Amino acid sequence: MQDKDEHLKGLLVQGLAGDASAYHAFLKELAGYLRAFLRRRLVQMPDEVEDLVQESLLAVHNQRHTYDARQPLTPWVYALARYKLVDLLRRRTRTDMLNDPLDEESLLFVAADSEASDARRDVAKLLNRLPERQRLPIVHMKLEGLSVAETAQRTGMSESAVKVGVHRGLKALAAMIRSLE
Amino acid sequence: MKTDKLVAVLARGAEAVDPRAPARHCLAAVALGAVAATLLAAALLGLRPTLVNDLTVPMFWAKELFCVALAVAGVRVVLRLGRPGMKLGLVPVGIVLPVLALWSLASFVLYAAEPGARAGLVLGHTAGVCPFLIALVSAPLFVAFMWSFRSLAPTRLRLAGAAGGFAAGAMGALVYSLHCPELAAPFVGIWYVLGILIPTMVGTWLGPRLLRW
Repeated sequence: MQDKDEHLKGLLVQGLAGDASAYHAFLKELAGYLRAFLRRRLVQMPDEVEDLVQESLLAVHNQRHTYDARQPLTPWVYALARYKLVDLLRRRTRTDMLNDPLDEESLLFVAADSEASDARRDVAKLLNRLPERQRLPIVHMKLEGLSVAETAQRTGMSESAVKVGVHRGLKALAAMIRSLE
Repeated sequence: MKTDKLVAVLARGAEAVDPRAPARHCLAAVALGAVAATLLAAALLGLRPTLVNDLTVPMFWAKELFCVALAVAGVRVVLRLGRPGMKLGLVPVGIVLPVLALWSLASFVLYAAEPGARAGLVLGHTAGVCPFLIALVSAPLFVAFMWSFRSLAPTRLRLAGAAGGFAAGAMGALVYSLHCPELAAPFVGIWYVLGILIPTMVGTWLGPRLLRW
């Protein structure tokens, strides 16, 4: 448990310092833990699991600046995943199902599940609904792998507008997923 | 989009992140709110004429210190609640201690006073308006604190709303104290605390609605 926390935390801290490949490894491993964790929590809603995995990953990414490296990783990830889970349950079910105590922080990094089922909401399609100033930077930088400068040149936007576009676009994407029923 | 693909998308080109940015955003918003609250108080209420003389009165400084201590503790709680999974630890003690200290002082003042003077120490001249004016002055700060949560990620929304409202109330009380002529500890211990509780309760009520993300 603690080893995994340290291991993942190491990857995240490297990622937060700008190491994209460490950050990639972090998100990939985290996806497995989140999937196993959420699959246990959503026994009655198996179709929701992959969507919530993606939603949680987006939350982790969009809120990564709120991680304080002096803290262990588990409580931070758990609080984010739990927040997204409770939000989903609140949207989907009556309150009596919420009485289930969600105090399972210690189980978060116990098991990983790398077998992804299909998400029902397609993030790629949602991307098309974003305004151009957010969609284009995400498409060029995040899908095609262009640099900030290249994206700026391609879109005629300034470099800071490109960065802001990616940042706001990913946040808007998370909000869109949340509001879809 | 498959999850592996999403992971690749999120990670690609991910740049370094400044972990101090949220606190900086929060403090900038709050500084703006404090300026707005001060202007509001100055326009609406004005400074009191005796302010310069009061600078030599120990109780004036005790009152200021009380408000500052609560505001600092409130901001610290806000910053903790804005980070997922962060424990509050002993930070809320910083809210309880100043209140207990002031109440002890107030009790002593009341105990030592002539029976006939006690009502005056409690009610002063402005008891009826003080809590509401504190709430009014703290309104811009309330907006600032709720706004500052946008660069954070609160996961306990009701508590976060309460903390934001409390911090706004404490800073609002500090601003209001430059206008307020009351210097008796019992007065501050009751009416200032009530004034701070108004935005706290509004925050508790609105938190789940305003702070969802």
